[in-house]
Amino acid sequence: MIRKLVGFLDRRSGTAPLLRKTLRYLFPDHWSFLLGEVALYAFVVLVATGTYLALFYRDSTKDVVYHGPYAPLQGQHMTEAYHSALDLSFTVKAGLLMRQTHHWAANIFVAAIVLHLLRIFFTGAYRKPRGLTYVIGLLMLFTVLLEGYLGYSLVDDLLSGMGLAIGYGVALSIPFVGANLAALIWDGPFPGSPAFFSRMYIAHVFILPALIATLLALHLALVALRHHTQFKQTPRETQRKIVGVPTYPGQTPRSLGLLSFVVGTLFLLGGLVQINPIWLWGPYHTYAAENGAQPDWYLGWLIGALRLMPSWDFVIGHYTLVPNPFWGGAAFPLLVFGFLLLWPALERRFTGDDGYHNLLDRPRDAPMRTAVGLGVFTGVLLVFLAGASDRVDVMFGIGYSAQIWVYRVLVFVAPVVVGLIAYRVCIELQKGEEVERERKRAEAEADAISRRDQLAREYV
Amino acid sequence: MLFALALPGAASAAAQPQQGDLVARGKHLYGQYCIACHGANGRGVEPPVPNSAGAAPQRAQNQQNAAGPSLQGVGALAADFYLRTGYMPLREIGKQPRRNRVLFSEDQIRALVAYVASLGNGPPIPQPQPERGNLSEGMKLFTEHCAGCHQVVAEGGYVTGAVPPPLENSTAVQIAQAVRIGPYVMPRFSEKQISDRELDSIIRYVQYAKHPDDRGGWAIGHLGPVPEGLVTWFLAATALITVCIVIGKRLKSE
Amino acid sequence: MSRAKDFLVSGAVLLVSRLRRKPKLHGRERVVPTGAASPGWELVALLLLLAAALCAVGFIVVYVLDRLSHQTQWLGLSLGLSFVFLAAALIVTAKHLIVTEELEDDYPLVEYPEEQETIAQVVDESGSRLTRSGLFKLGLGAAGGAIGLAVLTPIASLGPGIDMDAFVRTPWRRGRRLVDEQGRPLRAADIEEDTFYTAFPEHADKEELASSLVVVRLPESELRLPPELARFPANGIVAYSKICTHAGCAINLYRTPLFKPIEPKPALVCPCHYSTFDVATGGDVLFGPAGRKLPMLPIYVDANGELRAAGNFDGPVGPSWWGVRMRKPENGSGA
Repeated sequence: MIRKLVGFLDRRSGTAPLLRKTLRYLFPDHWSFLLGEVALYAFVVLVATGTYLALFYRDSTKDVVYHGPYAPLQGQHMTEAYHSALDLSFTVKAGLLMRQTHHWAANIFVAAIVLHLLRIFFTGAYRKPRGLTYVIGLLMLFTVLLEGYLGYSLVDDLLSGMGLAIGYGVALSIPFVGANLAALIWDGPFPGSPAFFSRMYIAHVFILPALIATLLALHLALVALRHHTQFKQTPRETQRKIVGVPTYPGQTPRSLGLLSFVVGTLFLLGGLVQINPIWLWGPYHTYAAENGAQPDWYLGWLIGALRLMPSWDFVIGHYTLVPNPFWGGAAFPLLVFGFLLLWPALERRFTGDDGYHNLLDRPRDAPMRTAVGLGVFTGVLLVFLAGASDRVDVMFGIGYSAQIWVYRVLVFVAPVVVGLIAYRVCIELQKGEEVERERKRAEAEADAISRRDQLAREYV
Repeated sequence: MLFALALPGAASAAAQPQQGDLVARGKHLYGQYCIACHGANGRGVEPPVPNSAGAAPQRAQNQQNAAGPSLQGVGALAADFYLRTGYMPLREIGKQPRRNRVLFSEDQIRALVAYVASLGNGPPIPQPQPERGNLSEGMKLFTEHCAGCHQVVAEGGYVTGAVPPPLENSTAVQIAQAVRIGPYVMPRFSEKQISDRELDSIIRYVQYAKHPDDRGGWAIGHLGPVPEGLVTWFLAATALITVCIVIGKRLKSE
Repeated sequence: MSRAKDFLVSGAVLLVSRLRRKPKLHGRERVVPTGAASPGWELVALLLLLAAALCAVGFIVVYVLDRLSHQTQWLGLSLGLSFVFLAAALIVTAKHLIVTEELEDDYPLVEYPEEQETIAQVVDESGSRLTRSGLFKLGLGAAGGAIGLAVLTPIASLGPGIDMDAFVRTPWRRGRRLVDEQGRPLRAADIEEDTFYTAFPEHADKEELASSLVVVRLPESELRLPPELARFPANGIVAYSKICTHAGCAINLYRTPLFKPIEPKPALVCPCHYSTFDVATGGDVLFGPAGRKLPMLPIYVDANGELRAAGNFDGPVGPSWWGVRMRKPENGSGA
């Protein structure tokens, strides 16, 4: 049977050599290589569930009155968009499962990407010849953040609207062109014309997913063309030789198993753990707001940055050069992305290492990279945590403004401290290994000598 | 009369005959626990003015800058609220009163309430009837007046310098009282702004919000993204990493 | 009709006979080495697959029944578990039932200088017939650039990208009444201290950013307004834009102390990033990231005791942008 099938395909496409190569493509051995796969599978779930949701969602801001089954909203004015999202949760069979699974998938998609990125960064996998793969990955992450934000916004519940207002504030704050840009996007000042929702919708369900899919295809193609990197776990792995399990039969059941597990986890979460209960938030109006509104976790670093910024617009005469939200909402994330984009070049400059690397570093092998990376990560993490300081006050009674001041200091101090400690630890670990190697060599030598002596004695 | 009627449950009937006695006992308790901050006869105590030459007259008699608002005219409504929530006695002057263990017995509370009510012509303990309220009207009014501070599902929040509490432990009467009093930095909503009927709706919504429709599953606090992020990282990401490790260990272990 | 039948029958016969045919032995060496059988694990994998199938069927049953309480939970549980069981079966298969080879392969070459050179050569040599290649490139660049621009130009239709008037326009005019959400006029006598009111311009779109107001009353003795705002309140009633100047959220927190001497002073607070505005001084920022004071609306009490706008805001409403300090909202109808 399989012979027939392969023959059928080969006679029509001539792809047998390619197929054979694909089947015997090698996957090196380390669990952290699977993080990217998790992200990929989450994306698959997102596309599938998202398509289902799109069959019911209406991208309309038309004002309607709710008469559905959810009592606390009955008689309330809302947009058709929010109404359709409510219907998905209340009247469409399995609609809530799909919506919640979609949302969990988004959260986990970004989490997997971030973990994947951390692995890539701290092992130096971005080095030649994989620079382009890395850049495409970063572009994808950026696109995914935007995509997630739009998904959060489309529902048009109270949180959506507040999120959009903040997005609008950040867009307006871009120096020189902010207001013009915002006017183009929203078709006038916030909340914009009804066309704005159509624009978000087409961006969320077509433009950005298509962009992500394209980047994803390029990313995977580049990975395959360059082959995976690998850790030096045995003497067999070298810069020229890759050691691993072939796609088939070794890797296939593993990857399919992972795919199934990701899908299963997402559906379990989607069915069992409530996410974004939009009916509890109520509809959005520009004059309505609630306390403790937060973006999804992957934009939490932005709300933290917005809150940490002291009261300050950068003004020259009557010209407002940099309105406040720019620092936290735009400059900060751009700075982080800029760092990630530029780091490979910076590292090449500093280390003078311009070579190709198929073997990965362990974090300790590159103390400078580890120190700088951990420092930046610490800074971003602190800003992220600062975004939840209001909740910390409610739950633990630690004053909000005190926390803000502590964070303002820590954000600058902690990265330096963490970086220095990390550097030190790397060096110590290296030394420890050096000692260990030395000891082993000495032992081996001693062994050899004693064996030789024994041999000599026996001989005598 | 009025406040005695308003006391919850069967106690009201018993309290009625001993009115004067109750007030006297309340006055005694007041002298023990409240007078330092609220002054004799509930006249209130102004805090010392730091930078003015002619210090406040009460300065000499107060230890530790004790200060508190006048209780004349606040009525049974306020006294009952502050005592039954454990807001009073306050732990530290100037700090936000927080829900606490109630220090007084039921009898003592009734006595203190009676005494404070006798200080001036204040409002009685309200008798809200949330079952008469309209849930959707309640949600709308709550969103408009309360959600800015208390969060839209009444899970509490932050306002510069204070923490609007979660309302999960608030009784119908306490909600009605808080709306009319405006404790600490909360606004005070009179019947002109929020009628008793509207208040019933709000209370009905707050009671609903304690156990709302959680058709999505485990509610994780009705707070949205913060707990959702925690579940993403500590539950989902952990599970996925574990499976990655299980799958990813394949060669050297065999 | 009968021809189709014949075709089907013969097709089926052909298919069956081919299936029955034993696999050819090519006499070639094995590619995948053999491994030991593990019937125990095979059984486990089969059971897991069965469990997955059962759960999947369960999902269909739950979906069709549609009568259970916690419908979403049962759906998620059945579908999720079926995938988890499938995952477990596959992982068992991977670990115990297939041969996991550890192979070596060469990394591909990182570059192909010869090919690079050929490509460059082809491109270089392709222009041999051109006499003014520089000029030609310029022409191509000009055409490409212009066409690119032309194609992008319609983007300008997306919105009023140049005209900034909309950012300073407001529905407020002198004489416009303040109404509540239901459209009822706000009466000065009804406005009390220590609480806040949301107000809108009568007969205007409530959703417009510059529409909503937050109205509070302070004892007149507590107002400490700068001279240019001194005439903005009416009998201690002050009206501010409800939209935060930081990022555009609605300010629906009013902090107002019960015991003024020691509790925080009255302020409006935005719940998004906790920008805090002083109501007594014309909306100055007390705390939080907002970089600009809250716009204040001048109001007066008309003959009927109702609140009306006495003009327009003292500054543009909403988040800051480059021109936010250059223009003020105009008072349309004049005095």
